Amino acid sequence: MNDMTKVDPTAAPALRFEAPPSTSLLAHARHIVSENPVTGLAFGLFALILLAAIFGPSLVPFDPLASNTNSALQAPSARHWFGTDQLGRDIFSRVIVATRLDFAIAVCSVALVFAMGGLAGVMAGFYGGWVDKVVGRLADTIMAFPLFVLAMGIVAALGNSVTNIVIATAIINFPLYARVARAEANVRREAGFVQAARLSGNSDWRLLLTQIVPNIMPIMAVQMSLTMGYAILNAAGLSFIGLGVRPPTPEWGIMVAEGASFIVSGEWWIAFFPGLALMTAVFCFNLLGDGVRDLVDPQRRN
Amino acid sequence: MTTPPLLDIKNLTVEFATRRGTVQAVKAIDVSVAKGETVAIVGESGSGKSVTSYAVVRILDRAGKVAEGSISFSGVDLVAASEAQMRDIRGREISMIFQNPRAALNPIRKVGKQIEDVLLEHVQATRATARDKAIEALAKVRIARPEERYDAYPFELSGGMCQRVVIALALACQPQLLIADEPTTGLDVTTQKAVMDLIVELTRERGMSTILITHDLGLAAAYCDKVVVMEKGNVVETARAGEIFRNPQHPYTRKLMQATPRIGMSLRDLLPDAQKGPAAQLAAPKPAPAPDAAPLMRVENLVKEYPRPASGSFLSKLMGKTEEPKAPFRAVDGISFSVAKGETLGLVGESGCGKSTTSMMITRLIDKTSGSILFDGTDIGAIPAKQFAASAHRRRIQMVFQDPTDRLNPRFTAERAIADPILRMGGISGRDALRARCEDLARLVGLPVELIDRFPHQLSGGQKARVGIARAIALEPDLVILDEPTAALDVSVQAVVLNLLQELKERLGMSYLFVSHDLNVVRLLCDRVIVMKTGAIVEQGTSEEVLGDPKADYTKELLTAIPHPPV
Repeated sequence: MNDMTKVDPTAAPALRFEAPPSTSLLAHARHIVSENPVTGLAFGLFALILLAAIFGPSLVPFDPLASNTNSALQAPSARHWFGTDQLGRDIFSRVIVATRLDFAIAVCSVALVFAMGGLAGVMAGFYGGWVDKVVGRLADTIMAFPLFVLAMGIVAALGNSVTNIVIATAIINFPLYARVARAEANVRREAGFVQAARLSGNSDWRLLLTQIVPNIMPIMAVQMSLTMGYAILNAAGLSFIGLGVRPPTPEWGIMVAEGASFIVSGEWWIAFFPGLALMTAVFCFNLLGDGVRDLVDPQRRN
Repeated sequence: MTTPPLLDIKNLTVEFATRRGTVQAVKAIDVSVAKGETVAIVGESGSGKSVTSYAVVRILDRAGKVAEGSISFSGVDLVAASEAQMRDIRGREISMIFQNPRAALNPIRKVGKQIEDVLLEHVQATRATARDKAIEALAKVRIARPEERYDAYPFELSGGMCQRVVIALALACQPQLLIADEPTTGLDVTTQKAVMDLIVELTRERGMSTILITHDLGLAAAYCDKVVVMEKGNVVETARAGEIFRNPQHPYTRKLMQATPRIGMSLRDLLPDAQKGPAAQLAAPKPAPAPDAAPLMRVENLVKEYPRPASGSFLSKLMGKTEEPKAPFRAVDGISFSVAKGETLGLVGESGCGKSTTSMMITRLIDKTSGSILFDGTDIGAIPAKQFAASAHRRRIQMVFQDPTDRLNPRFTAERAIADPILRMGGISGRDALRARCEDLARLVGLPVELIDRFPHQLSGGQKARVGIARAIALEPDLVILDEPTAALDVSVQAVVLNLLQELKERLGMSYLFVSHDLNVVRLLCDRVIVMKTGAIVEQGTSEEVLGDPKADYTKELLTAIPHPPV
């Protein structure tokens, strides 16, 4: 082995190269934001949502549950920025506090579907054969139902709880993840670097986890970001029709539902502000998709 | 002769706006193409040869722009021309042939229809005559049975056939200038010869001018009147084709010529003089392996069959009509050969001859259909490919792949890639020991140690090839299969890599199975050669015998197809 360490000058005519730019994640993120300001806006909104979810309950001026009939149905003012609802609760406080619940439902369901759908899809794409058939038909079966109706059915069957909203949201997103992961894994199954890793003595499982999964992460990250928005919308939708989260818990969907009947009589703010929050969140996650892809793709880091 | 040239590029500078400022891809070059002239632009990757041609037809991508200079084409200033004018010129006056013919064709439209589209678009045919004209065009580019091929989809045609269709498309409107950007890269030598002969003949016949963009000096010399050599965006030499080979003026031209493998050279001759170093001990004739010594690997009657897809329409299947199952396709048809210890065996043939299938079976990535692969006395062919990763023989047979980019995981650093086999099978534990081993290997293959923390896309082609080699030799295997390891590299890098491979072999006592279609490279590197055609061996023997005095007609055909510089 010792002779291997000797450097033979004839064997190594140094190929010229340029020093690589420093590629810290932060510098890279800065570049991406500067290249596309919309991505910057999305990241900013995301930070805002994250802050509201973490610190919201301790920052809001009013108790989101405390009703005060004396100040019911007040229009937005300096004291109540978003006005008050029919029970006199401060809508601003309720919208901020609700962020945590809505965000948590979305994150949990996306994490769950990423694990289930991603893994099933990757295995279907990598192994093919009966695994592929089973996963494919399962996805088809789910896709055969109108997804929101399916989610309603699942929550109704499993019981009216936040956990079940998470599960239902995950299940209806399963086909999306499974199909994307399957297609990507299938393309890479025969890729050169996978063959090379096979030669290095890697087992199938190791190939899957070290070679294929990391390389489909960029596209999965985009998928996750997009479905986050969809998951929030779905959770709010279920609450809107009275499934899942129950009043008086502050939640955007319920708040929109509660406020809906007042719009006719002119008290627009009760439904408007939670709806605005919902729209902002969905908008943010959709925009985030592109930014996330740019951030996690190693090819872009030079 | 005061006729103005057909295409006159003067002082052209093309800039690309990148993340790290403006990069000049082409720096103040002058190129002119006379009417009826065939001009080659030769250079290695990054020399700006393709960018020049893109600037001519104005298809530079968004980041690129012509910063300075003029391009005039039969009196029209192409830099200042409006987009509408350019659309008119592209296709009708100037047409292009790209490197990958399959990508240039619409995959879901019959090739005949695609030719018709162009003919109709440029009013060369009417609906009534389009079909006949398209078939005529196919016949002109020597596609056998054009009436049948009219209905073929691109995927049903071979690479050479697709390139012919692309040529038919490019010439459909009788343009005055044809730009061929590496038209034969990726094609076999005999196909390359056929395609190049065709291009030259058709363009001469019509008095067209041609710009051939290539990295292959031999090709440029054999087919062009004038050669323009580019290096890093500069034109370093322009001369008549015969002249440039007899008397190259610029050092870069000389370097390129030297690195191009030719008959009567040794591996060492490929390197520039400064890099040669002490060659004496390497040039010494190697002791021939003792004839009675047991070979390292013996392959006997190896067969690989693939089932043919059942034909017959869906309807006939639905009706319950079953037809005779077809005989399976034999990709490898009963071949036998052996590899001695310390020997380099060349496996030569054109695409589809079964050489890759053979190497995949030997590396145990796919299973054989029948026959045996005796490796050091054990029939490793009997171990299913799926379980071979766990076999003790896995570390003894490794492979260097063709495309270094495709073969490296984009998310692994060079170090991680090299370390992969060691981690799985090397038995080296501890971060520091592993790092030290990877650094040793990097030094051994001539990869600067500071580069091993980089990702593949931060490395050049030659550096990636070195990473691939380091990974293959990390466990000091007995047999390394080299699957066209230099096909994707520039000639000067190829020269260095070939020398590296030769030296590693001698130092580590490995055997090589060198799979290639480039006979000039095989001649330099291999002790013995096997020539394969349609799954069978047509000729085998020592390199001198097979390549110097071929017996089989097929070998002769292969040898004559190689373009030779007129020296």
